[in-house]
Amino acid sequence: MNVETSVRVEDKLFYNRYLVDVGRPHIKVRAHTKPSPQLLALLKVCPARCYELNDKGRVEVTVDGCIECGTCRVIGEPTGDIEWSYPRGGYGVLFKFG
Amino acid sequence: MIEEKFDAIVVGAGMSGNAAALTMAKRGMKVLQLERGEYAGSKNVQGAILYADMLEKLIPDFRDDAPLERHLVEQRFWIMDDRSHFGVHYRSEDFNEERPNRYTIIRAQFDKWFSSKVREAGATVLCETTVTELARDAHGKVIGVRTDRRDGEIHADVVVLAEGVNGLLGTRARLRQRPKPDKVALAVKEMHFLPRETIEAHFNLKGDEGLVVEAAGTISRGMTGMGFIYANKECISIGIGCIVADFQRTGETPYGLLDRFKCHPSVAPLIEGSEVKEYSAHLIPEGGYKAIPQLYGDGWVVVGDAAQLNNAIHREGSNLAMTSGRIAAEAIVQVKSHRQPMTAANLSVYKKMLDDSFVIKDLKKHKDMPMLMHTNSQNFFLTYPQLVSRAMQNYVRVDGTPKAEKEKVTLKSFVNARSWTGLFGDAFRIARAWR
Repeated sequence: MNVETSVRVEDKLFYNRYLVDVGRPHIKVRAHTKPSPQLLALLKVCPARCYELNDKGRVEVTVDGCIECGTCRVIGEPTGDIEWSYPRGGYGVLFKFG
Repeated sequence: MIEEKFDAIVVGAGMSGNAAALTMAKRGMKVLQLERGEYAGSKNVQGAILYADMLEKLIPDFRDDAPLERHLVEQRFWIMDDRSHFGVHYRSEDFNEERPNRYTIIRAQFDKWFSSKVREAGATVLCETTVTELARDAHGKVIGVRTDRRDGEIHADVVVLAEGVNGLLGTRARLRQRPKPDKVALAVKEMHFLPRETIEAHFNLKGDEGLVVEAAGTISRGMTGMGFIYANKECISIGIGCIVADFQRTGETPYGLLDRFKCHPSVAPLIEGSEVKEYSAHLIPEGGYKAIPQLYGDGWVVVGDAAQLNNAIHREGSNLAMTSGRIAAEAIVQVKSHRQPMTAANLSVYKKMLDDSFVIKDLKKHKDMPMLMHTNSQNFFLTYPQLVSRAMQNYVRVDGTPKAEKEKVTLKSFVNARSWTGLFGDAFRIARAWR
């Protein structure tokens, strides 16, 4: 089920256009040893599946496919789990239809 | 650094920002509008429905050249369980009028057009520029902005925060709070392309006639949420949204919900054979009247989604955005024309004017609705849709059971599921919140 889900989201993101700001991610996860419930929630709620659990059991973010909805900010910023900014001007997702 | 000083800086080029920038520029103010996307619209996501009345107040002849999709002639409301839908449809020939009331639009294209009108009116529109911070003087008055484009600050008498539901500037400057997970919905959407004749056949439309389906029920899996299907000229916008706190609580995935909605037997035939060209997501303010923050202060006003101005019950947002942007701009023009400074006291006229408009009146009317829907989401989005489906099936299926017995079975199913107290309580609570 998990594998199937991950393939499907990547397929969806493939339709979109992005200008990735290489080396300057606009979201950062605070260093942690054990993820908080808020961080764990992001694994499921992020509509672009940007958040994944690494082999050490920590939550990592890869922002390349981010569609800039801000859901993770609403959940993860109050607890200090993540730092969230908008991408620099012109970078990030470029919607054709929106 | 931009040395010149502006009368007003507008942050954001969505519905509210464009309405504000246009209104001020038309009245001869020196306006700078800043947008982080590569063009106005490239970061903006909506279903999307355009309400003509509110746009006519800004651009009376917009129908001449605005990129409109279809004018709506039919509205379908569906209550769904996993295998059925119970619908209320309203369609009228009256909507085939000379100046139609509502249109489907594609935001990236529409906003680009809207922005061209802002430029024509004389505003300076600077895209690919993210505003990073508000600039304030020693007394805390907002005097301009800082961007990621240039060092230093750009100054203006007033800053219009049209930065959207997830606006960072206002929250970072502590002018308002970050939206809470139970006060915003996350919606995901796909654009499905089909030949226009196919869309017209699927939805029983001709010419530029359009249609909207809004659906609630087991598709949101017990969460507070809704699905939608909008017919555009050559594509269908299909999406679903639920309260963020519900996603957090249930561990449901937004794309999982969308895919199940698309596979529903009532939905799948409508999009059959389509080619998907985009996948997007956006937050929607759902807190209603009680979530509206402070709307003005020394040197600033906030408009649109950033001010949580969204009518979740009627699913109207862009018109509230446009109207709040226009009214804020008119208030600013008024203060300026009296040669008064842009202080909180003087800008409070924006709030007074907004209170007198449909924007605040409508939100006030439904002020208890968001909480009611949220605290009873299992009942309203799971239990009742299933009961309605069973009742309808019982009603229409002819199997030799006497009608009186059938009615007894249906009544009993409602009472068993919710009890008499529950049923009357729900009816009372809805009536009270609606009135």
